Amino acid sequence: MDAIIETATRELSYAQAIQEAMAIAMERDERVFLMGEDIGVYGGAFQVTGDLVERFGPERVMDTPISELGGAGVAVGAAVTGLRPIFEFQFSDFATLAMEQIVNQAAKMRYMLGGAVSVPVVMRFPAGSGTGAAAQHSQSLEAWLGHVPGLKVIQPATPHDAKGLLLAAIEDPDPVMIFEHKLLYKMKGPVPEGHYTVPIGKADVRREGRDLTIVATSIMVHKALEAAETLSGEGIDIEVIDLRTVRPMDRQTVIDSVRKTSRLMCVYEAVKTLGIGAEVSAMIAESEAFDYLDAPIVRLGGAETPIPYNPELEKATVPQVDGIVQAARDLVTGAR
Amino acid sequence: MAGKAKNGAEKPNGANLPFLYRHYDHETLRGALRKMHLIRQFEEGAEESYMRGLIHGTMHLSIGQEASAVGICLGLTDEDQITSTHRGHGHCIAKGADVSRMFAEFFGKTTGYCRGRGGSMHIADVSTGNLGANGIVGGGLPIAVGAALTAKKTKSGNVVVCFFGDGANNEGAFHEALNMAAIWKLPVIFVCENNGYGMSTSVERATAVKNIADRAAAYAMPGVIVEGNVVSDVAQAMHEATERARKGEGPTLIECKTYRYRGHSKSDRNRYRTKEEIEEWMTERDPIEMFEAELQELGVIDMAGIEAIRADVAREIAEGIEFAKESPMPDVANLEKYVYTEQA
Ligand SMILES: Cc1ncc(C[n+]2csc(CCOP(=O)(O)OP(=O)(O)O)c2C)c(N)n1
Ligand SMILES: [Mg+2]
Repeated sequence: MDAIIETATRELSYAQAIQEAMAIAMERDERVFLMGEDIGVYGGAFQVTGDLVERFGPERVMDTPISELGGAGVAVGAAVTGLRPIFEFQFSDFATLAMEQIVNQAAKMRYMLGGAVSVPVVMRFPAGSGTGAAAQHSQSLEAWLGHVPGLKVIQPATPHDAKGLLLAAIEDPDPVMIFEHKLLYKMKGPVPEGHYTVPIGKADVRREGRDLTIVATSIMVHKALEAAETLSGEGIDIEVIDLRTVRPMDRQTVIDSVRKTSRLMCVYEAVKTLGIGAEVSAMIAESEAFDYLDAPIVRLGGAETPIPYNPELEKATVPQVDGIVQAARDLVTGAR
Repeated sequence: MAGKAKNGAEKPNGANLPFLYRHYDHETLRGALRKMHLIRQFEEGAEESYMRGLIHGTMHLSIGQEASAVGICLGLTDEDQITSTHRGHGHCIAKGADVSRMFAEFFGKTTGYCRGRGGSMHIADVSTGNLGANGIVGGGLPIAVGAALTAKKTKSGNVVVCFFGDGANNEGAFHEALNMAAIWKLPVIFVCENNGYGMSTSVERATAVKNIADRAAAYAMPGVIVEGNVVSDVAQAMHEATERARKGEGPTLIECKTYRYRGHSKSDRNRYRTKEEIEEWMTERDPIEMFEAELQELGVIDMAGIEAIRADVAREIAEGIEFAKESPMPDVANLEKYVYTEQA
């Protein structure tokens, strides 16, 4: 029904889009509520929940103690007994304190019980570097969770997708982990009013091109698009795929694209090795697209280091537009 | 010891009767005894099936701890929920599960409660309010608090019982869970089955306070110590905690002092405790013997009645094992089923 209602679209920030999604979900479904550290009157560390507590009250915008493991577990317990909690981690890095509940409990409960329960919990993780917060407040751990059957892991790159994917996550019967890049929170973009969803598990071709497929996630989608724009001036035509979902991965969209362009590059902020780039590359190597490859696959990921404090070092840790331009040009012109 | 002597000295008349006998009718009491026998014979049947190679993996038997499982669950409904532990067979039965489907689960069969995906360590019967045993020490504590949050938010009037061992009280999850339950005044009852050891490590060596219940003070909730092998004591503490929870006054921590007769799991060589210690518990404080003596003394049952219960339970166990043996194995083609919820 919602799909046929024409709705106005206006500019919202990524954070506002998330907040709007949570408000819509809470209005539509009384089972939905928010939990997290300082998400009430404080409005959340990144002001994502903002003033929601004034609208929905402290029962539905619940401040928790600084208890990531316990809080995540409470959300799991509430979900398994019929509520729809959205649990905000103050920083994605603190997932490390809650791994037990996320990995051993939320992800496996349905399976261990032979399908007797579902765990419709949503966990939100402010992620990524670029804020000068250094090694323990800047990580990108989505591949960690992407490795766990039973979880769904998404990385919205735009305000539009942040809202639509979050609404899809809230309505999903299984645990959904959302990694939100902190540098995107202030980014503005068109967001339709009202309720809509963006399907989990579907990648999005953000830019069509003939010469090279770049598969990017989160903030790297924007960097890849900028690089593609630059290179189009040199006659290099790049296709940019926003993966959007890490698990379950939309393999077909990537395979179809690589069959067309014959070249693949993966760009992601998390540490390069054993990550999303490895998975996408291996997936292509195993697929019918392998025979179409004209060049080796290239991965641009984070350096093999914790995120440093110094801003120049911090920038050097993760792929930047110049590096993407250089690597893409080399790949397409055969310099590599 | 806070409990009563094996052969209760004071003669029963009305107000002097232990809580259990004032609060429940004889039929219920005989039912409680039957459940204790069912747990014990189930454990023995599981152990034997394991020895005979019919069950693989490992298991943690609760023989000797039947009074806490039964005493705690006695006043609960199917809507009240529990979270359980790796030593969870007794909880599952006490909450109302069918032993046939439990055996079937241990045998890895599709008719098992978890369709052969969970086994002993994840045994659960959601239909009777058991949200599951847990392979992670302390794993169920926050989940129970979450279930209690649901009860409070939906005003269901249900309570949640969180079983855990003495070992679990040193996990961070224990402290986080108790604190949240207390600040939000949730209808949850934390039941520590203190059997003296976490695997080989005694409570004295692992826990800074003398009693686990002492830790309740840190979370501003009542901490109650009971003789965990005395059904009536357990049931009374549970009754008071449940009243408090249902009235919205918040959680209680009950510590049941008990003992496990068998080793920790199938790999235990029992090197950390003496034979004498084990024997003393088995002969002096066996929960079933003590309950039977009390029931006979109070005229609730006679020896013939007890024999009839034992025989009836033995038949139920034998039938359960037979059912498990004859049940079909899961199809490997369905390996990935139940990872995610099937959607239209
Ligand atoms: C987090 C975690 N650590 C260690 C273990 C291994 N382990 C399983 S049971 C157990 C002892 C638990 O003791 P207690 O909580 O007292 O329960 P009991 O076995 O005595 O019933 C240990 C160490 C585990 N399963 N999970
Ligand atoms: Mg113990």
